[in-house]
Amino acid sequence: MPEIKLSENTIQLIKNICAEFENKENELINVLHRVQGKLGYLPAEVQEVIAKELNIGVARVYGVVTFYSFFTMIPQGEFPISICMGTACYVRGAEQVLAEFKRQLNVDVGESTNDGKFSINCLRCVGACGLAPVVTVGGKVFGRVAPSQVKEIIAEYTQSNSADEAKSA
Amino acid sequence: MDTINLTIDNKTIEVKKGTSILDAAAEVGIEIPTLCHMKLHDLNIENKPGGCRICVVEVEGRRNLAPACCTDAHDGMEISTHSLRVVNARRTVMELILSDHPFECLICAKSGNCDLQDMAHQLGIREVHYKGEQSHYRADTSPAIIREIDKCIMCRRCETMCNDVQTVGVLSAINRGFNSVVSPAFEMNLDHSECTYCGQCVAVCPTGALTEVDETGKVIRALADPTKTVVVQTAPAVRAALGEEFGLEPGTLVTGKLVAALRRLGFNHVFDTDFAADLTIMEEGTELLNRLNRFLSGDKDVKLPILTSCCPAWVKFFEHQFPDMKDIPSTARSPMQMFGAIAKTYFAEKLAVKREDLVVVSIMPCVAKKYERGRDEFKVNGNPDVDHVITTRELAALIKLSNIDFNALPNEEFDNPLGESSGAGVIFGTTGGVIEAAVRTAYEIQTKKELPRLDFDELRGMEGIREATIDFDGLPIKIGIAHGLGNARKLLEDIQAGKSEFHAIEIMSCPGGCIGGGGQPYHHGDASILKKRQMAIYREDSNKAIRKSHENPYIINLYKEFLGEPMSEKAHHLLHTQYFDRTEKVKI
Amino acid sequence: MTVLKKQVRIALRNCGVIDPEQIEDAIACDAYFALGKCLTTYSPDEVISEIKTSGLRGRGGGGFPTGLKWEITKNVESDQKYVVCNADEGDPGAFMDRSILEGDPHSVLEAMAICGYCIGANTGLIYIRAEYPLAIQRLKIAIKQAEEYGLLGDDILGSGFDFKIEMRYGAGAFVCGEETALIHSMEGLRGEPTVKPPFPSVSGYLGKPTNVNNVETFANIPVIINKGAKWFSRIGTEKSKGTKVFALAGKINNVGLIEVPMGTTLREVVYEIGGGIVNGKKFKSVQTGGPSGGCLTKDFLDTPIDYDNLVAAGSMMGSGGMIVMDEDDCMVSIAKFYLEFTLEESCGKCNPCRIGNKRLHEILTKITEGNGTVEDIERLKELSDVIKDTSLCGLGQSSPNPVLSTIANFEDEYMAHVKEGKCPAGQCKSLLRYDIVEDLCTGCTLCFRNCPVGAITGERRLPHFIDQSLCIKCGVCFEKCKFDAITLT
Repeated sequence: MPEIKLSENTIQLIKNICAEFENKENELINVLHRVQGKLGYLPAEVQEVIAKELNIGVARVYGVVTFYSFFTMIPQGEFPISICMGTACYVRGAEQVLAEFKRQLNVDVGESTNDGKFSINCLRCVGACGLAPVVTVGGKVFGRVAPSQVKEIIAEYTQSNSADEAKSA
Repeated sequence: MDTINLTIDNKTIEVKKGTSILDAAAEVGIEIPTLCHMKLHDLNIENKPGGCRICVVEVEGRRNLAPACCTDAHDGMEISTHSLRVVNARRTVMELILSDHPFECLICAKSGNCDLQDMAHQLGIREVHYKGEQSHYRADTSPAIIREIDKCIMCRRCETMCNDVQTVGVLSAINRGFNSVVSPAFEMNLDHSECTYCGQCVAVCPTGALTEVDETGKVIRALADPTKTVVVQTAPAVRAALGEEFGLEPGTLVTGKLVAALRRLGFNHVFDTDFAADLTIMEEGTELLNRLNRFLSGDKDVKLPILTSCCPAWVKFFEHQFPDMKDIPSTARSPMQMFGAIAKTYFAEKLAVKREDLVVVSIMPCVAKKYERGRDEFKVNGNPDVDHVITTRELAALIKLSNIDFNALPNEEFDNPLGESSGAGVIFGTTGGVIEAAVRTAYEIQTKKELPRLDFDELRGMEGIREATIDFDGLPIKIGIAHGLGNARKLLEDIQAGKSEFHAIEIMSCPGGCIGGGGQPYHHGDASILKKRQMAIYREDSNKAIRKSHENPYIINLYKEFLGEPMSEKAHHLLHTQYFDRTEKVKI
Repeated sequence: MTVLKKQVRIALRNCGVIDPEQIEDAIACDAYFALGKCLTTYSPDEVISEIKTSGLRGRGGGGFPTGLKWEITKNVESDQKYVVCNADEGDPGAFMDRSILEGDPHSVLEAMAICGYCIGANTGLIYIRAEYPLAIQRLKIAIKQAEEYGLLGDDILGSGFDFKIEMRYGAGAFVCGEETALIHSMEGLRGEPTVKPPFPSVSGYLGKPTNVNNVETFANIPVIINKGAKWFSRIGTEKSKGTKVFALAGKINNVGLIEVPMGTTLREVVYEIGGGIVNGKKFKSVQTGGPSGGCLTKDFLDTPIDYDNLVAAGSMMGSGGMIVMDEDDCMVSIAKFYLEFTLEESCGKCNPCRIGNKRLHEILTKITEGNGTVEDIERLKELSDVIKDTSLCGLGQSSPNPVLSTIANFEDEYMAHVKEGKCPAGQCKSLLRYDIVEDLCTGCTLCFRNCPVGAITGERRLPHFIDQSLCIKCGVCFEKCKFDAITLT
């Protein structure tokens, strides 16, 4: 088990969330959702606290975290880029778009760039098949993306003023 | 009783409603091969995730094949267990498993004892047609258990033992799909986890994914070193199981041959942990009576119940999970460690050998003992009281390696002064035995009367939690027994909640006690073997001339010559220990 | 408009019509009328009988008769039962449930309460993808409003019947669409399926009898009660009643959600509602049933869509994804795409799915990279059969369907890959080859300057060459060349 490196505040936050769910073990996934929603990711120390609060083994928490693709132990980039790999997007060239993002940012799926600005993830259908292929950056949706547009999309976020704008969007 | 009729491979049978196809087939002598399924009758332990898909059978009218282990038989079912379709499916699934399994059989610790290997052979696999990426994970070596999870086939047996039976919760399936495997959290080393090293995962693993740390090489080197005096002690449960490794019926006692084999292996002195078990009773029994009498006289500082402390996995369990209760268990060391301490002081002095030149080897039914011997408090200036621990299985391998015809060996006697034991020492090997041994001595010391009977049937059995009240000549002593850490947890939670009325509780980590230890010959899912070993232990006890620890003349002599009284300062120094709160100590 | 002409809206009746955040809007469109009717005039048995008569089958994919499912759950004795709405829509390219939940959440809440009344449950749980924040928000609003109106909660409409609805969130595991996996997930466990029986209707959430239906199934219920089973059963085919919502996508002009009566042909969907293939390309295939389904050829265009016909054609209804493919789509790659999905979504519990699909995918990769053999195609078929026959849950049992159906319907394409080393659709990059035709090359250096990997060499005004060992087949040179000097074979 790790030495707990979390701040008192964070620990209290996690404890409060667990308490909201009455520290019931069958609420584990709800708890993980809430905690990740607050902290952005679920590092080992956080899982330790949750395990303790729900009175279950930390291996079980880790088993659940690694089962569901929604949960992550890696902090996301400032601008998380999600490429939809649903069938509609796939047949309209999402693979090439993904490849271009990977090439431009020099990171793999699930990783963040060294400066922490971008991370790439694949999604299974965001339900916007009419706009295929679809890419989302933060909350913003880009439709009918061609590989040639990837550079522009990234550029939009590397300039700091537009970045702030996108953040608030 | 509701019964149903069905046909299996054209045989019509009548079975109880709710019987699985697997069990129904077994009733007419049809063996359906299984890999992940494990049912330990008597112990109430079952693992049937339905994941290996080896036991699939054809059910007339059903679209796909049915897993026999977790499909109930129904009235009128027509089942084929070995049709072409079934055999082809089974072989293909087997090939798939092998396509993701390292081909290291020649050097695998499990070779010859591997359920997967046997199954591949049984299914006649001669070629693996499917080739591709194999999963790869870091191997992990701890003081007691080695995990080579490239060999994991996701049968989930270890997970069932670790979680459902032992409630230790160190192992879980992690990841998803092709990457899924059973592992501790964050894929950390076992050594950093709350693992108790009970070894029940090792005991049930069908492949070489989980094995004990092999110390036979070190033992061989010690035996070959002319500057060392090598003494060996052997735990009670070993003699009730070792014979199985040499083709003898489960439950065959091989005490005499065991001694002969150890002598032929070159050990200078062949001793018995049972002797130390008698010593444990003297210390623990005295401690029990002290606490009991102070309690009865109204001393508020005294805590009851007292808990036994022979089992290292149990000790590690409460250090991690119930650190607030670490002052409740007896401070008495385990028999193995008492033996080591006495061997390296009393006996070394007798021989006039330096402790560094005396090597103590333990033959144990247990893998946690490998961890226990390495605990700092059992070392003097870095020199451990017990140098090496090998399991029953490792001993069998050593005997075979040395070309000793075990079954042809004569029966020989243990050496003295650390080889004589009472029947009470013997029964330490089974659940209920430690507390029965303690009762035999504590009764006579407390009441100053001779026991009217020696067999306490009320303390014996295989139920996970048992309780009995023993009449100490008008004083009712309430005794609890738990084997399996999940059962132990229940009793501990009762104590925590102030609901426990016991005066003394015996706890053993492994189901069945040491006879079912993680270092014993593999039971391969047949729990009836444990019962037979248990019967053997009680047989050995009743055959003994001396059956009460305090009547063992060598024990009496040891106190007279060396220790003084039970709980004396010297005894305290050599035979007692302390426990630690381990909740914050572990790191990733 | 033909787009609408062929459609009949039952499940989607209120979507886009009402303001989903105003319960008054929904009530004006008859929301909770059916619930009131059930609570005041019908016994649970009568409601179940009505649902059975309607012929409604589960819209999540399996097509199990809904009324029968309710009846089974009702007949299990228990102090506590649950109604679960499966809103973990996960088929790539399918978003029917999301639209219903976002557009008409009350239809689902109402139906869950009716189900609770029938089976004897007081608690409903909606298991919804965390990726659907708008649907979650609208459901929460809808639940709150319904409670305020006394349409959910204690003593609904003074009937003495209590029913509350809670939300549970999925976390990105497709397999949780399988009902036992869904239940484990709701219990805070890994979403691994368990062998059925026991079915959830006997032992489900927390070991209690649990009725699981998907969103679209529920959305049909109030209409059946309001308009009657007879009305409903007149729509559709003999064994598949009512309508089905499809998410039409792919190489088709009109993409989006459609709701058509069972029995509509694929041709009507593709050409009349869908408006035909994009850019006037040739139709090649339509994929139904998501990763569990199959790819159908033009020979099946006149097949009336219903549960049984699709299965007979080698595909399945699934939850309603419908992807149209044209001549540029390589069917081997499509099979590989679906396998990739299954591979990622397999829970890993059983060997045939965990390892078998991995091997299938590896063989398909080998073929698309030009290294396949005829034996590999045989191996694909053999392995697919065993995976179908031995896998634990529906995911594994159907995962080879895209492979089997593409082999059955497009074997020539597979053969072209393994025998001639060619991808007829020109999609498998490894099998492509770009060459510069010396006679046409003017040496303008445009290709040379644009090649991202420096695979093109040549002197200005002299013919250029492509080093095949360096070429990554990105096609930039092909696009840039102004003289049509680059060929693609």
